Amino acid sequence: MTTYLLRRLAGHAVLVVLAASLAYLLAAAALDPRSNYADRNPRPPEAVVDAELTRLNLNDETPLPRRYAVWAQGVLRGDFGRTWQGEPVNDELWRRLSVSLRLLAAGAVLGGVLGVLLGVYAASRDGRVPERIITFGSFLLLAVPVFVLAVLLQLGAREINQLTGLRLFEWVGEASPGAGEGTFGPLGGFGDRVRHLLLPTATVALAQFALYFRYQRAMVLDVLDADFVRTARAKGLRHRDALLRHGLRVALIPMTTYFAYTFGLLLLGAMFTEKIFGWHGLGEWLVDSITRGDVNVVAAVNCCAAAAVLLAGLLSEIAYALLDPRVRRRPV
Amino acid sequence: MSVLTVRDLHVTYPPDVRAVRGVSFEVGPGEVLGVVGESGSGKTALALAVLGLSPAGARVRGSVRLRGRELVGRSDAAMSQLRGRDIAMVFQDPLSALTPVHTVGDQIAETIQVHAGATRRAARARAVELLELVGIPDAPRRARAYPHEFSGGMRRRVMIAMAIANDPVALVADEPTGGLDVTVQAQILDVLRVAREATGAAVLLITHDLGVVAGAADRVMVMYGGRAVETAPVDQLYHRPRMPYTIGLLKSLPRADGAVRPVPIDGAPPSASDPPPGCPFAPRCPVSVARCGDALPEPVPVGPGGHRAACVNLEATADLDAVFPPRTAARPAEPAPRHRRPVVLKVEDLVRHYPQRHDEAVHAVDGVTFDVRAGETLGLAGESGCGKTTVLMEILRLARPQGGRITVLGEDTASLSAADRKRLRRDLQVVFQDPFSSLDPRMRVADILAEPLAAHGTPKAKIPLRVQELLGMVGLEKEHASRYPRGLSGGQAQRVGIARALALEPRLLLLDEPVAALDVSVQAGILELLDELRARLDLSYLVVAHDLAVLRHVADRLAVMYNGRLVEIGDAEAIYERPVHPYTRALLDAVPQPDPLRERQRRRTPLQGDPPDPSAPSIGCRFLPRCPKFASLRSAGLRRRCETDDPSLRLLDLSVDRQVACHHAKEAR
Repeated sequence: MTTYLLRRLAGHAVLVVLAASLAYLLAAAALDPRSNYADRNPRPPEAVVDAELTRLNLNDETPLPRRYAVWAQGVLRGDFGRTWQGEPVNDELWRRLSVSLRLLAAGAVLGGVLGVLLGVYAASRDGRVPERIITFGSFLLLAVPVFVLAVLLQLGAREINQLTGLRLFEWVGEASPGAGEGTFGPLGGFGDRVRHLLLPTATVALAQFALYFRYQRAMVLDVLDADFVRTARAKGLRHRDALLRHGLRVALIPMTTYFAYTFGLLLLGAMFTEKIFGWHGLGEWLVDSITRGDVNVVAAVNCCAAAAVLLAGLLSEIAYALLDPRVRRRPV
Repeated sequence: MSVLTVRDLHVTYPPDVRAVRGVSFEVGPGEVLGVVGESGSGKTALALAVLGLSPAGARVRGSVRLRGRELVGRSDAAMSQLRGRDIAMVFQDPLSALTPVHTVGDQIAETIQVHAGATRRAARARAVELLELVGIPDAPRRARAYPHEFSGGMRRRVMIAMAIANDPVALVADEPTGGLDVTVQAQILDVLRVAREATGAAVLLITHDLGVVAGAADRVMVMYGGRAVETAPVDQLYHRPRMPYTIGLLKSLPRADGAVRPVPIDGAPPSASDPPPGCPFAPRCPVSVARCGDALPEPVPVGPGGHRAACVNLEATADLDAVFPPRTAARPAEPAPRHRRPVVLKVEDLVRHYPQRHDEAVHAVDGVTFDVRAGETLGLAGESGCGKTTVLMEILRLARPQGGRITVLGEDTASLSAADRKRLRRDLQVVFQDPFSSLDPRMRVADILAEPLAAHGTPKAKIPLRVQELLGMVGLEKEHASRYPRGLSGGQAQRVGIARALALEPRLLLLDEPVAALDVSVQAGILELLDELRARLDLSYLVVAHDLAVLRHVADRLAVMYNGRLVEIGDAEAIYERPVHPYTRALLDAVPQPDPLRERQRRRTPLQGDPPDPSAPSIGCRFLPRCPKFASLRSAGLRRRCETDDPSLRLLDLSVDRQVACHHAKEAR
């Protein structure tokens, strides 16, 4: 098992290198950082701009292979270069990564768990009213883009805030300045952060929920009539117990594969969520950097995303092997 | 007092499939009631309804009483207290019926914990005991293995252990031996007997196999079209059946002793969604009269021991031969002695290994030599996994084999060009086991038959006529040409498969288990058709089958395969009469016979153990671990030969067509 995983890890490392390189080449070829200087007033002289761009390894007059070589050498040392303003990419990357994780973690876990649980529930109640309602809701969520959902949630939250007269929900940024210095001290600060998290978490969770729900429901429907569930009932387990103890475990196995795919969508969706709720995470940074033509940042975020998706793939393989004895090889 | 009493049970599946239509029976303690029926007769629906496990949407009406307590209409919660404790079930397909992600020990222990409230530890210990009882070697260790790590026969044992875990008073076994090799089948029936003796349970044994019922059941109920058409003590049923369907079923059964030729029942079973108003068997019945169509016939007493038959024309069934007259062998005298006829297929030292990881290989075929001469049928028999289908596929490839040589109609397959190969394909065709999965479900029968013709350049104008001709040849009607495979019965679909193989007028036909997927009553019809076609079209057959009773009626010569090698080959008649190799003998001994008396008196020497693992390398005779002959050898010198030297085929006697791969073949004669 360990050797197998190590081999997979090596294979994934190759993929990350490939994905990151392609992302860099594409960004370097398509984006135009020089145009940023054109809008400056007074316009800096050409030679100064050239020197500045060369210093940052962003000069489009330098041949692409050479720029790539410089960038790749930096990455090998663990240095993603500098932003357009000359700041090191690395520092900002780590800071933003932690912001994104804070934003996504709760929503992803909540959405996944909720999707699986309701998927099982809906499958076991197939055709009845609660199932129909949840299924309809999940379709609606899948059909609505994240940015619409987020704005709708904001509107709803504003209504509730007005009706109750309390500031139950906050939807700008991660925290209100000075929240930690109120009557309740650090506890108040924490409460403020939670209030800020409510809406973005709900946005992420709902989108995730809809996906997991659809998958899980289909999986459970497949095992609902499985022979082994019938065997479990013949042994004297009630229908519900047979489903939970025998059916669910088997129905969870394919979910581990979906986990890897869904993770990619999660990162993509985060871009909008961060933008709308004013969180300064990776997604927002990526969007802003593309408009600014900040090649190094775009490449760094893409590299990060590729690593994250492949890491999720690896995790899903480990989970698969844990859940399914048929893929484990062991001497009997 | 009876343990399980069923009265007027009806089961209807949505939308309106009447699977069971008013069935009544009872089973006493320690008694085995065999329920026999073909596919679609309602026997599995009956079993599920008894346990209250009918699929969602099914309507169950009538009465099922277990020791006097009514089961129909109980809630799932109330039923779950009885299921697994008082009444248990052994399911048909143990690979899908066992949860793949839990160890077998845990699955058995769960049964005990649910009902007895035993501790986990105690339940596991009991699970190991149960595994020992059903004959799983090294039970403490095997209890920690998962279902996919067991062979088919061993999984069956696990299922039985699970069913008897709480000493149930009634046990329902649905096709407990279906899909198993005859040698393993005999072992499982023994285990089932042990299980019944250990629990004293009333047993409902559901099967399509009349041979299995003959030896294992006390009474038999025959089902047809959702009805119990005849119920009788087992001897009575086999010797004096009164319902025409039972008579036909018994007569259609191929027998390994070759005593009588099987007689087919024409037609197909009735549709369950729109059954005829009268007797369900009337459309296929040779002695039906006008009255048969009036109403469903009720079972009436016809003999001692509660023998009841649902037939209105009982006077016509007093003489069995009058209902389904026996057919005399229509086999023509062989045109010439074997050595004068040309060889159409020659296989020499054929080798096929499938490489695995770590330099291992599955030795599927490991040096096989035989030939087929014009106008004859060679039967290739053996247990599952012995390599018989691989041999067939290697011939069909018409390419250079991994090792050895294949010569088809005088042409060495190793040196064929692509054009030669296509030309040769016309002469070499194949019929597969499952007619439905081997016919494209989206093509009409006419298109299926036209495809090989078009592929080999038959002019378009001539195709429709040839299609009609082919349909007539295999006994189908013109109207079948416009149907899709799903609109055909199993027997009809297999006839289409045969017609497709015959389309290009081949000279050699390879048949892979041609009747294994069919109901017994239609098997005989297909066998008869194959016999007739061979004589009329001057064909040669290579028939691969696990069922020695079937091969008895088609094969002129027989080859028995074990673990990638032939162990015996020669004249079929002679091998059936006097098998020489201990494996051939064991195989023939294990074939269940539709005769209760003989089945009970039979010398039981079922082979121990499972069919071998072809990836395990062996020194010496491959059959040695299971060989009864080896076990009886006294002298160490004789034993050493078996242990160190892998025997090859040797002529038994210059004057007889028989080769055997056994060091001790001469003494055995």
